[in-house]
Amino acid sequence: MTSHPGSPMVELRGVHKSFGPLHVLRGVDLDVRRGEVLVILGPSGSGKSTLLRTINHLEKVDRGSVRVDGRLLGYRQVGGRLHELPEREVLRQRTQIGFVFQAFNLFPHLTVRQNLMEAPLSAQRRPRAEVGPLAERLLDRVGLVDKADAYPRTLSGGQQQRVAIARALALEPKLLLFDEPTSALDPELVGEVLDVIKDLARGGTTMIVVTHEVGFAREVADTVAFMDAGRVVEIGPPAQVLDGPRHERTRAFLGKVL
Amino acid sequence: MTLPEVRTPPRQEERALEVVRARHPLRWLAAAGVLVLLAMAASALITNPAWEWDVVGQYLFAPSVVRSVLVTMELTVMGIVLGFALGTVLALMRLSPNRLLSSVAWGYVWLFRSVPLILQLLFWYNLALLYPRLSVGVPFGPAFFDFGTMDLIAPLTAAVLGLALHQAAYAAEIVRGGLLSVDPGQREAAAALGLPPARRLFRIILPQAMRTIVPNAGNEIIGLVKGTSVVYIMALPELFYQVQVIYNRNGRVMALLLVAAIWYLILTTALSIVQHYVERHYGRGRA
Repeated sequence: MTSHPGSPMVELRGVHKSFGPLHVLRGVDLDVRRGEVLVILGPSGSGKSTLLRTINHLEKVDRGSVRVDGRLLGYRQVGGRLHELPEREVLRQRTQIGFVFQAFNLFPHLTVRQNLMEAPLSAQRRPRAEVGPLAERLLDRVGLVDKADAYPRTLSGGQQQRVAIARALALEPKLLLFDEPTSALDPELVGEVLDVIKDLARGGTTMIVVTHEVGFAREVADTVAFMDAGRVVEIGPPAQVLDGPRHERTRAFLGKVL
Repeated sequence: MTLPEVRTPPRQEERALEVVRARHPLRWLAAAGVLVLLAMAASALITNPAWEWDVVGQYLFAPSVVRSVLVTMELTVMGIVLGFALGTVLALMRLSPNRLLSSVAWGYVWLFRSVPLILQLLFWYNLALLYPRLSVGVPFGPAFFDFGTMDLIAPLTAAVLGLALHQAAYAAEIVRGGLLSVDPGQREAAAALGLPPARRLFRIILPQAMRTIVPNAGNEIIGLVKGTSVVYIMALPELFYQVQVIYNRNGRVMALLLVAAIWYLILTTALSIVQHYVERHYGRGRA
């Protein structure tokens, strides 16, 4: 994929998505600049996770377009129509986008090291001699070098999520997506995961984080978006959205979680 | 003001109390009863000369019996390997979004589970009555090779075909159940990492599905070891057919049935041991 430095990293235009009769996304427009950290807040069922999943084509959109690094995701435009890309192409696009799940979704039958090396070896076809040291560096970065040969089930939730972040980083993606990365964790383990994400944010990685951690949003986000009923109702710098929300839905939500 | 000291030092008997386990006299009585029954059974087996243990010993490793055990093993292995290969394809078809593929797989399982194995075997054995010649070529077009059905479908081929096609129907359901038992998050994680489809299946999904597949497959394989005995109707010299041939000749019915039973026990025991290790292999990473 060629880079287009002028364009935003992520560009959503008029994105609609329904599951049967349920209209989950009702026309979302969103831009994320290179190096920007966008935090999406909103009540359950507001479409935050679905929106995030459209950004690496885990969900196909019904209408509208998703562009990552200037390239249309999952489709090729021919005239006024969008043609679905063959799966091989979609997979190649996904290797440029890291995704961290709420439930970690580590491969339980593989060791931590094998979890990290799997995608670079089989999706990117990089040589083992290069991927081994990469895995080592990434584990060092999330503070888990000593767990390289452990199986995921033997780790705490916080450690598993740190491994999952390292696994996403192993593809050296342009963009990182986090889907409620701390919601499945015991309260005392939330901090260690947020610290890793903060560290990445300071390093200039472009990322979109769906979360309920308002404190994290205030500290790390460049931009906070508030979603409700399938739309982005308010977006701006954290100080503006969190401290002086203009929309009554935002006010009501923040009143409940703060 | 200070509170009065209320704590007393631990007394002698609190520090070293011994635990006396409850007695279970009825359990002991039941065990004694079972022991007596076991002794009676053993005595009935050993002391009754009608079992003819000397004849059992004489035929257990007779060359014709050992050869027939090998035929039984061959039928089992071919039936399982081909059955599970076809069963896996059927399971994947059944889970396909394409309606024709999933319906055909459903229809296959429906048909081959519904028709008794013994009937299917006779069908394959007598295929030449329906189609005297078989050919390989363009569908509905010219043929490249042409065989007489009688030459191609020898009794062994008919038996393997029958067992494998029958087994595939059950294997399909076992494999499908295994694939469905894998957390959907695993599929999503593999997709999100951009892993190619074949790699997703063989590296991520199937190894996890094996945890559910292996115990059920173990049942099926052990069932098939014994199931091969129905092949005797095709006069194929597997274990059960062979012992019948021998006792029809010498009249030592019970002794030779015992020989067959001992061999079936040996084969299924060996398989149970293998199953234990295979389960342990696929259970790695789980507490």
